[in-house]
Amino acid sequence: MLDRRLFLKLGGASLASALASSRVAFAAAPTENRFIFVFLRGGLDGLHALAPYADADYRRLRPSLGLERDAVLDLDGYFGLHSALSPLMPLWQAGELSFVPAATTRYRSRSHFDGQNLLENGTARPRGARDGWLNRAILGLNAGDERLALSLGPAVPLILQGAAPVQAWSNEQLPDLNDDFLERLAIVYRDDPLFHAALTGATGMTEPDMSGDAPTNDNFLISSRAAADILRAPQGPRIGVLELGGWDTHNGQPYRLRRLFERLSEGLLALREGLGPVWSNTVVMVASEFGRTAAENGNRGTDHGTGGLAMLAGGAVRGGQIAGDWPGLSRRALFEERDVLAINAYEAIFKALLIGHMGLDPAYAERVVFPESRALEPFTGLLRA
Amino acid sequence: MRSLDTFTALNRFGLGAGPGDDARVGDDPRGWLLEQIRPGQALPPGLRRFRSAAQIRAEIAQAGLESNEARTRTVRRAMNRDFRPEVMARLRYEIRTPDVLPERMVRFWANHFTASLTRGARDGVTIPAYEREAIRPHIFGRFRDMLHAAARNPTLLTYLDNVFSVGPDSPAGQNRQRRRPTATTLNENFARELLELHTLGVDGGYTQDDIIEAAKIFTGWGHGGYRRGGDEPVHGNFQFVRRQHQPGPKTVLGRVYEEAGEEEGLRLLDDLARHPSTARHIATKLVRHFVADIPPPDAIAQIERVFRDTDGDLAQVTRALVMLDAAWADPLAKVKTPHEFVVACFRATGSLPERQPDYFQPMRLLAMLPHSAPSPAGWSDRAADWLGPEALMIRLEWARGFAARQPGTLVPAEVLDRSIGAAAREVTTTWVERAPSGDAALAMILASPEFQRR
Repeated sequence: MLDRRLFLKLGGASLASALASSRVAFAAAPTENRFIFVFLRGGLDGLHALAPYADADYRRLRPSLGLERDAVLDLDGYFGLHSALSPLMPLWQAGELSFVPAATTRYRSRSHFDGQNLLENGTARPRGARDGWLNRAILGLNAGDERLALSLGPAVPLILQGAAPVQAWSNEQLPDLNDDFLERLAIVYRDDPLFHAALTGATGMTEPDMSGDAPTNDNFLISSRAAADILRAPQGPRIGVLELGGWDTHNGQPYRLRRLFERLSEGLLALREGLGPVWSNTVVMVASEFGRTAAENGNRGTDHGTGGLAMLAGGAVRGGQIAGDWPGLSRRALFEERDVLAINAYEAIFKALLIGHMGLDPAYAERVVFPESRALEPFTGLLRA
Repeated sequence: MRSLDTFTALNRFGLGAGPGDDARVGDDPRGWLLEQIRPGQALPPGLRRFRSAAQIRAEIAQAGLESNEARTRTVRRAMNRDFRPEVMARLRYEIRTPDVLPERMVRFWANHFTASLTRGARDGVTIPAYEREAIRPHIFGRFRDMLHAAARNPTLLTYLDNVFSVGPDSPAGQNRQRRRPTATTLNENFARELLELHTLGVDGGYTQDDIIEAAKIFTGWGHGGYRRGGDEPVHGNFQFVRRQHQPGPKTVLGRVYEEAGEEEGLRLLDDLARHPSTARHIATKLVRHFVADIPPPDAIAQIERVFRDTDGDLAQVTRALVMLDAAWADPLAKVKTPHEFVVACFRATGSLPERQPDYFQPMRLLAMLPHSAPSPAGWSDRAADWLGPEALMIRLEWARGFAARQPGTLVPAEVLDRSIGAAAREVTTTWVERAPSGDAALAMILASPEFQRR
């Protein structure tokens, strides 16, 4: 049902003979490590995920939305994790989960579209580049033409757009083509290099096998499972991008975030389970374009803000810690008297992961991947030694 | 199909070949196309019932004065009553019209002056109306007029942030800096894309200073959808907001524009439309669209010359494209975009989309949702960007299902002849004939490189 190109596995031999040419092969990848970026579009309220429940300012700012001691899982006596994220507690306890609060990109205005664009293009400006920083990073990791990155979903997001080819998988539920049709088509395509190459590329693509999974309608869970299965392959892509939307909680935040936290937890656990042994050299980073206002609004919600949250999960993460600085929520500490001050830079985290985990040349990361970001030095202490 | 030129006329310049098209093209494909180049054509009947962008914008702005919820509701309703129905009406017209060249040119120019839904529906909901009002009337008129119409259109001004661009020394800019000191109140986005994408081109010889100065010239170009204090009525049309306009002379590309308010921008647009770099940039894009992904320099030079010599008369420029030998030399040089492919499938089978999902679903899966280009640069015009392995498989799977839904009365051999006839290679004809069923044969036609190329 889900692995819509299973035929390519089953019928590989006969199809391969029909194609009679080179398959796309993943030669030696530049690293065995895996990096997965989970983009929460819409602006996650970091203070609702990782609540400074013990802070008097937090209770002052959020008289109705603020999480009480009994609604969180205490992490360090000051911060607590929202109870709907409790499935992740085993990761925290195993040292495979950490948080960076008060974090965002260099973006300081409050438009979703511009904020997402800046996060994805990697410059200091919305639309400062037409390609994505992760794609530029791949070009620096990988001189060849391997498809090092995997995009989950119907469209390749900006963060992965650019000169490096990207493999895509989407749960699009169109009916499969049968082998017979494809074998005949392969003959029709034989003398057209462009179509021949695309069809050949499709047969060389790793298809996820999710036959053993419990059925679900949750596209994020399906994508997480597919990502894990494809990224687990020894000769497959090394970098994946997943998206989960719906975080723009101007109203009805408690209910909406509970459901989203459950889905996020399920997806992250599916990554851990599906990656199996590869989880130990994996970093999953969860981020959103910006955080939300420190104070609640009048509709049981929060509005667009600045400092948000980064979550890091995986066996390669130095977990069990709340990393980075925390400016607090006092009136003087707030950015423009309303938002969490973004004292920790996403770019600093991205650079640390690309350099320390994926083996990217630091000079290239500064010059090409995150231009004009030298002031934001790579974050230290995020990775297991 | 009588000749390869018929195939080229219907695909390179048209939207795919359907029943009756061969007879319509007749024995003079170039002449058939030239006849379609008529300046001042009336709006297609199917598009006359839609509201103006100003009406939609004013309604949304008015609702916004009430509450955020009311505005959201109004936007959603406009998506359902204006945006999607117009997209579908436009699509049905493309599928059914014999006048294919004007429709291709509307697509081309709307893509050149892209506004995209990706920055939100509140302003994006007017994009079909923007295309109808600012682009369509000018496809065979003067480039200058289209440039003016697009650049003064609130849909584009909003999409490219110009409504938020405030002259640092203007009353509004001074006011804002008193409240919150910022590096600049200027927003360069509109000016940058105007120079880079719409006119001069990225190598067109301008500098960052030119962009900043052009941005100053356009400060104040906005619309009436904001309550700006006082008793100004809210409306959806262009409005020059004098208190946002940067005072004083500006210099762009070496020319000084003395302080003249709204007039400065009009003069700059005129100069940009006439600039040699613009002729070159537009010619390059047109030749890429009508000849090959890598546009041959001598073809560019020919079109560029016509553009310059006629002061950007797009009827003359389009005629020159039709008469360009290079455009007929390789009938399979270009690959259809997902939209072109889907339109061609409907045309070839003589069918029409019955429900919105018949069109929106393949567009979503193929990552080409209507009016949702990923950046102001618009949709790509290069095959490499549309024909990755995953994209090809989705095309094939969709086409297989599409073929299966066609009536059994369709005769594959007839569809083959009228859609790709003169261009069909022997291997394609053979494997269509050998297909185990009628719908498999039809799917093989739609899947063939000849059908997917133009």
